[in-house]
Amino acid sequence: MKMNIFLHEIRRHKQSILTWSISLILLLFVFMAMFNSFASEAEVLNQTLAQMPKELLTAFGLDGVDMSTVLGFFSFVFLFCQICLAVQAASYGFGLVSVEETDLTADFLLAKPIGRGQILTSKFLAAFTGLTLTNAVVWIGSFVVIELFRDSRPYETNTLLLLLISLFFLQLFFLSFAILLSLLMKRVRSVNTAAMALAFGMYALSAFGGMLGDETFDLLTPFKHFDPNTIISQQAYELPLVMISVVIILLSVAGSYWLYLKRDIHSVN
Amino acid sequence: MNIIEVEQLTKFYGKARGIVDVSFSVGEGEIFGFIGPNGAGKSTTIRLFLSLIYPTTGKARIFGKDCIAFGPEIRQEIGYLPSEVFYYEGMKVIDLLKYSGSFYKKETTQRMYELAEIMELDLKRRIDDLSYGNKKKVGIVQGLLHQPRLIILDEPTSGLDPLMQQKFFNLIRDENKRGATVFFSSHILGEVQKMCSRVAVIKEGSIHKIEDIKTMRNEQYKKIMVSAQNVDQFALNLDGVTNVERDNGTVRFFFKGDINQITRIISAHNVTDLTIEEPTLEEIFIHYYE
Repeated sequence: MKMNIFLHEIRRHKQSILTWSISLILLLFVFMAMFNSFASEAEVLNQTLAQMPKELLTAFGLDGVDMSTVLGFFSFVFLFCQICLAVQAASYGFGLVSVEETDLTADFLLAKPIGRGQILTSKFLAAFTGLTLTNAVVWIGSFVVIELFRDSRPYETNTLLLLLISLFFLQLFFLSFAILLSLLMKRVRSVNTAAMALAFGMYALSAFGGMLGDETFDLLTPFKHFDPNTIISQQAYELPLVMISVVIILLSVAGSYWLYLKRDIHSVN
Repeated sequence: MNIIEVEQLTKFYGKARGIVDVSFSVGEGEIFGFIGPNGAGKSTTIRLFLSLIYPTTGKARIFGKDCIAFGPEIRQEIGYLPSEVFYYEGMKVIDLLKYSGSFYKKETTQRMYELAEIMELDLKRRIDDLSYGNKKKVGIVQGLLHQPRLIILDEPTSGLDPLMQQKFFNLIRDENKRGATVFFSSHILGEVQKMCSRVAVIKEGSIHKIEDIKTMRNEQYKKIMVSAQNVDQFALNLDGVTNVERDNGTVRFFFKGDINQITRIISAHNVTDLTIEEPTLEEIFIHYYE
């Protein structure tokens, strides 16, 4: 790893890390602040939910959720956190190498006395550090808002930890998979569009898979591999599905190095 | 010792031609011109030197070492000035130059300040806010601050005003006197003519000719213009006469051969004006592309 590239990349991500962290804290805070009033009317809420079509509930990750429990209520906002972090990770991934090519800085960077492997490693670690910082903020934020608003209702700390650890895998998945996709493309036209398409696309697979009851989708999308409701109800990961995520991460990283080392960096004209 | 050695270098982008079977070498201390029109393969060749792209077949060696296998090592001593301007969002000039310098083993700070002063570059400005010409200067300084043994210039002067071009050329000459070899790619023949000792002409992806600038100019064509009465009767059916144009009592042509043959023909007429000059490279060049 080259420290100068790493630090340069961290500086580049600084603004975005800050923005995502603050937004996620606000999201957690605002949502959990409503917990008390919801929980005291839990009966009514659960009854209302029970009347809704099962497919709709599945699509929003509300099927079989008891909104009167701390983690049941938390799982709803947690799903949003998962999606946000997925978008962030995917945007770092799509931009990692492609930004240099669209801004013509690839000609600058690759003409320096360093190998491409080192460039990719430094950039990858910097992006992952940025994601981990955001992740840490979500961890701390989650514990804090739950303590603030749970109103002495009990919750299972281990299950919460399982939920939060899943973010690490999710981020790695979207980061590495997006790098791979960006290297399979000739040019990434818009990093943000690509990132949102990937994250929401994966979420849609998970939601529609749930609605259609088709299990093949479960295999493809990390949102199913780390489905908050399943984690809460089983108090454990579904190990085979988690393994699929891990394998995709490893293959994406390996594939990215392979593609980047032999990639032709074209000039724009 | 040869600084650059290119052997049958070929690059295809899919089916599209980049360069085909290009071979040449550049000796230490040379300023080597590389000229051809846009799309002839100049940038492709340079990008192969820097392993920004990889060859389909053939190889290139710099400092006697393979461009790909020893890429990072040889790039310690290469200064590359890309043709396009570039910048990292929100970065100041000084930050970019320091970042650039941080890649090299050599100490670069002092040279960076010297170069910025020569090129009149304001180090405190944000690169995004700079004019095209000033961004170009950033590119020049970042390419030279580590005092490289080989300087690769890809269309370096576009966007620089004439005064800055002059400063830039002086800078390159100084670097050359210091011992740096220069590989100068351009489609502007005037500047190649001014700077280079030898030149390779590239046309549609292949090297058309490699020649001394002097031979290229002297040994070949003369540009001749004669004004005379009854110009139409000028018999120019001589070997070596090309590009004959007649209008309004004047005849213009290029001639390659024994100049006495021409003066004999001319002296037989009543001439009002006569010019014999060295054609510019530009004009010679037209012949390569006919």
